[in-house]
Amino acid sequence: MPEISRDEVAHLADLARIDLDDAELDHLAPQLAVILESVASIRGVAGDDVPPTSHPIPLTNVFREDVVTPSLTAEQALSGAPASEDGRFSVPRILGDEQ
Amino acid sequence: MSAVDWTRRTAADLADALASGEVTSVELTQAHLDRIAAVDGDATAGVHAFLHVDAEGALATARESDERRAAGNPLHPLDGVPIAVKDVVVTEGMPTTAGSKILEGWVPPYDATVVRRIKAAGLPILGKTNMDEFAMGSSTEHSAYGPTRNPWDQTRIPGGSGGGSAAAVAAYEAPLAIGTDTGGSIRQPGAVTGTVGVKPTYGAVSRYGLIALANSLDQAGPVTRTVLDAALLQELIGGHDPLDSTSVDQELPSLVDAARQGASGDLSGVRIGVVTEMSGEGWQPGVMARFQESVDLLVKAGAEVVEVSCPTFVHALATYYLILPAECSSNLAKFDAMRYGLRVVPEGNPSAEDVMKATRDAGFGDEVKRRIILGTYALSSGYYDAYYGQAQKVRTLISRDFEAAFDKVDVLVSPTAPTTAFELGEKLDDPLAMYLNDLATIPANLAGVPGISVPAGLADEDGLPVGFQVLAPALADDRCYRVGAALEALLAAEWGGPLLDKAPDLDKLDHREGDR
Repeated sequence: MPEISRDEVAHLADLARIDLDDAELDHLAPQLAVILESVASIRGVAGDDVPPTSHPIPLTNVFREDVVTPSLTAEQALSGAPASEDGRFSVPRILGDEQ
Repeated sequence: MSAVDWTRRTAADLADALASGEVTSVELTQAHLDRIAAVDGDATAGVHAFLHVDAEGALATARESDERRAAGNPLHPLDGVPIAVKDVVVTEGMPTTAGSKILEGWVPPYDATVVRRIKAAGLPILGKTNMDEFAMGSSTEHSAYGPTRNPWDQTRIPGGSGGGSAAAVAAYEAPLAIGTDTGGSIRQPGAVTGTVGVKPTYGAVSRYGLIALANSLDQAGPVTRTVLDAALLQELIGGHDPLDSTSVDQELPSLVDAARQGASGDLSGVRIGVVTEMSGEGWQPGVMARFQESVDLLVKAGAEVVEVSCPTFVHALATYYLILPAECSSNLAKFDAMRYGLRVVPEGNPSAEDVMKATRDAGFGDEVKRRIILGTYALSSGYYDAYYGQAQKVRTLISRDFEAAFDKVDVLVSPTAPTTAFELGEKLDDPLAMYLNDLATIPANLAGVPGISVPAGLADEDGLPVGFQVLAPALADDRCYRVGAALEALLAAEWGGPLLDKAPDLDKLDHREGDR
C-alpha cells in the first residue's frame, strides 16, 4: 500500500515550486494519499513484455523545411511579461540562494 | 425583438438563412449577444457560461461578413454564424485565462490554429467560455472565476471541464462552440446538458495554441446542439497543421456526408458493440434505462448489436490519473512568473525561485496543485517505473482492447457518463468521486480514438439529460457522426423534436452593465 506523508507532500510541492502553507498541506496531503491509493491498483496489471505507449497515434519524426518563417516580434513576445526592460524579460535576482 | 428567435436555430439553418438573405450576420450576432446579456449573468447568478464577451469584435466581424455576402463572396458556408471559444484556446487580442488566476488579464499575441481557421471562415467570435482551471475537472467548479450553472437546473453542474461551451449552446447563447477533451471534457458536458459534443481522433484537429493540459491526450472539437452542426464545425477546424507535429496528415472521410447519411435513420449492416465494462455498480438506473432504449432503437434501425468486453478498461481511470498528472506537472512548469501571467513578489529581497513559488501558490487552485504534486510524485525517481512506466504499459493494453473490439464491430457504445448532473458543491472536495465522472470517456483519450456524445433522453429519477456515447477507430470519425445522427433522428421522431425543447425557460436577469 503506497503511503504519502505530509512531509513528502511538502517536499514534492517544493520540487514543483509551489509554496504551500501549513493549512494547504493539512488539506491536500490526505487527499493525495487517497488518490494515490486508488491509482496504485494498476501495479502488476501489465507484464514486462508489454511495450509502453507514450503517444496514442504512431508517428515518426516530423520535420519541416529549414527556412525562416514569420514569428512573434520581441514586442509581442514581451507583451504579457510581468516586467520587461530594454527588450528583455526582467526577472528577480537569480543568485544568492543557499542551494 | 423580431418575430423569429434566431438563437433557437441550428448552425446549418443559420447558414441557409444567411445564404438566402433571410437574415444578416449582424442580426444573428446581436440576437446571441442579447441572449447572453439576458441569461448569462455572472459568478453569482445566471448560467455564467462566458468569462469574456466581445460584443464589439463580434459585431465588427459580422458586418464584414454581411459585406462579403452582399458582394456574393462568402468565405465559407458558416461565414457569419457566431461561435464561442473555450478559454483554453488562445485568441489574439482577446483575454485568455484557461480559468486560472495565474493568467488573469493575459492577452495572447497569437491565434490558435483552430481560431485562425474560424476567423478565416468569417465566423464572429462571441467570447470565451468558462472552464475548470486548465481543464482539470468534470464540473467547471474548479474555474477561478466561479462555476457555470447547468441550464436545465441552475443548482447543478454543467459538466467539465468545458461546462461553459456546453452550457452556452444549451442555453441558446451560441449555436456553435469550441471545446477541448482530454478525458471527456467535451463529451461529458454534452451529456449532462443535453447537447452534442465530439472528441475527434487524436491529431485530427490541431492542438497549436491550445494551452496544453496533457499533450498526448488533449484534443479540440465541436460543441453543438445537433450532430450535423458538429460535423460542419469539425470539417471547418480540422485537417493537417504543420504547426502541430502531432497533427494527422491524412484526410478523414466526409463527416457532413456521414451525418446526413445517418439522419436517414438506416443503420443496416452497421455492427455495434456494447461495452460490458461500462455498466453495473455506480451507473445510475435512469442513465442505463435511456441507454438501453437507445440501443434498442439502433437495432430497429437495422444495426447488429453485440456485447463486447474490453477487460483493461477497468484500469483506464487509474492509468489516466497517472499519465495526466505527469504530463500536466511538466506542462504547467512554464507558469514561472517570468514571461507572462501573474507575478507575486514576497517581502524582503526574494529570489526568482521565491517569486515563482509564491506566484504558483497564489495563482493555482487546489485541483491544479493536487495534480501537479501527484505528477511530480509519479515522475520522481524510485516511483517512475511503478507508476508512470506502468501506466504507459496499461495504456498499450487499453489500445489493444480497442483494436480487438474493432475487429468485431464498427463502433462501440456506452452511456457517456455514469450519472446525470449532480449538485454544485457535491463533489468539489472529493477528488476521487469527481474523477469517476470520466469513467466512460477516458479510454478514448488514452487510445486516441474519436467519440461523440448525443442526447439520449431524461433520467426518470431527476428529469435530467443522459448522454449516449459512440466510439470509433482512429480516423473513422465519420462512423461516430453516422451512428450519432441516426440516433438523434430516431429519438427526435419519438419525442416530436429535440431534447432541448424540454429544457426549462431561463429567467431573464436584470441587465448588468460591466466590462464583461
